[in-house]
Amino acid sequence: MTSRHWEWVFWIAAIAIPLLFPSKLLLINEIAILALFALSLDLLLGYAGIVSLGHAAFFGVGAYAAGLLAKHGLTEPVSGLLLASAAAAVIGFLSSFLVLRGSDLTRLMVTMGVALMLLEVANRFDTITGGADGLQGVTMGPLLGLFRFDLYGRTACAYSLTTLLVLFLVARRIVRSPFGLSLRAIKGNRLRATAVGVPADARLVTVYTIAAAYAGAAGALLAQTTQFVSLDVLDFHRSADVLLVLVLGGSGYLYGGLIGAAIFKLMQDGLAAWTPQYWQFWIGLVLVLIVMIGRERLSAGARRIWARLARQHAGEQPS
Amino acid sequence: MTAALETVGLRKSFGALAATRDVSLRVEAGARHALIGPNGAGKTTLINLLTGVLRPDGGRVLLDGADVTGLPPQGRARRGITRTFQINQLFADMTPLETVALAVSERRGLGRRWWHPLAAHTDVLDEATALLQRFGLGDSLRTRAGTLPYGKQRLLEIAIAIAGGPRVLLLDEPAAGVPEDERHEILAIVAALPEDVAVLLIEHDMDLVFSFARRISVLVDGALFVEGTPQDVARDPRVREVYLGEAAHG
Repeated sequence: MTSRHWEWVFWIAAIAIPLLFPSKLLLINEIAILALFALSLDLLLGYAGIVSLGHAAFFGVGAYAAGLLAKHGLTEPVSGLLLASAAAAVIGFLSSFLVLRGSDLTRLMVTMGVALMLLEVANRFDTITGGADGLQGVTMGPLLGLFRFDLYGRTACAYSLTTLLVLFLVARRIVRSPFGLSLRAIKGNRLRATAVGVPADARLVTVYTIAAAYAGAAGALLAQTTQFVSLDVLDFHRSADVLLVLVLGGSGYLYGGLIGAAIFKLMQDGLAAWTPQYWQFWIGLVLVLIVMIGRERLSAGARRIWARLARQHAGEQPS
Repeated sequence: MTAALETVGLRKSFGALAATRDVSLRVEAGARHALIGPNGAGKTTLINLLTGVLRPDGGRVLLDGADVTGLPPQGRARRGITRTFQINQLFADMTPLETVALAVSERRGLGRRWWHPLAAHTDVLDEATALLQRFGLGDSLRTRAGTLPYGKQRLLEIAIAIAGGPRVLLLDEPAAGVPEDERHEILAIVAALPEDVAVLLIEHDMDLVFSFARRISVLVDGALFVEGTPQDVARDPRVREVYLGEAAHG
């Protein structure tokens, strides 16, 4: 099968699974939101080579913007999503100038610092954000004026998956464009990229702003589908988790964040039922294995086993 | 007549070390000009000043008479100064086709387009393919650049610089490290560079310098020491002493 076929299989599965597991819609909604968040980080890390430990900053801005808009009267979800995403883009644009230069370590610290500052701002202005109690009184209108957000998560799940699909297609378009190629060039060798005329700073500002808009959309989806926003949306663990998700799934091919989000949430869900207090142990173990052994060797090993099984299978069935 | 590339009183120091001392160099349009000098003479610093990687402490860089001293590397590249690197600076994870297509699309000002796929820009891909074929890289269009043999990587270095559509091309030791039996490919490509492009060759290899250059500048301790035709430079006893003599011993 070509990669095009795989893409169809992937998206048909993404649409079929909610229909097959109607009791898991809330979990699938969470996966779609985390996938969009990880897709956003992949644009930065996988294509432009910018590491971040503070990506929750934009997720949080999007979540609070969407929550506040709904609380103060704009209850229509799609326009709320767009405005929240734009708010995150503005913060992304302003903070992008801090990550243009410097080593990975400086970028990790600067991005983390920005997220920490925003967390404290949200905490401090509790009359607006609700502070530690969270933002209460968020009520969403029906999606497209037709579909109410129900307790089972039907509307939420369809809304998040559709948003993910649309933004995924846009991201795929971006990375395959001349602009996307120039990002890969900056990541690969900035010195050479500037020597062929690529204005590296301008391109990085652009992609950082786009990625922030994506993260803001993910945060807005969470706020709108759960009708609640807490300081947790800006918390450090959220930035760390999304990086972990991207490492789990692999960066630089867009599907990594989506696959990683599914693995992460399913492990969290399954392990939490089995061993509620220690599930992070197993996530940690998988993370260490992936980083130490390397995803390529792991998948090559899996392919070998698969090929052997296929051969045995073919041997049992004389053709 | 205006020179394609000209420096006026260019100076650069690193702490107490004066790496470039008052260099005024003219590279005429369509020139075949070589810059030679012993190790540590400041050749790489001068290239970095010409391409904008370093900012000079004083003096100016003129391209076709226009002052480009304040422009960053990407600005100078778009104005027509492109370069190769002494040590390969390639995009290891990109193919030669993607690499050259990048240079072509940036030259045409398409680099900000984020909606139209690169694959839809057939004119860009056609130009990149034709250029790579001319460089004997037609059979490795879709191989990762990082896995190409070293000699082909050196050719790709030059192909990228040409794809940028230069007025002035700076070749920084194009044949460095290439095995003897593959050098002829590099030499043939260098000899066949477009006539209207001014080429400044920075080189240690005297065979290459004397077969290529119609004008030679000798840099010693950061300053221009002698300039002239290959015959003049070869005959100059001072040059023989500081440079050719040393090379003969070394």
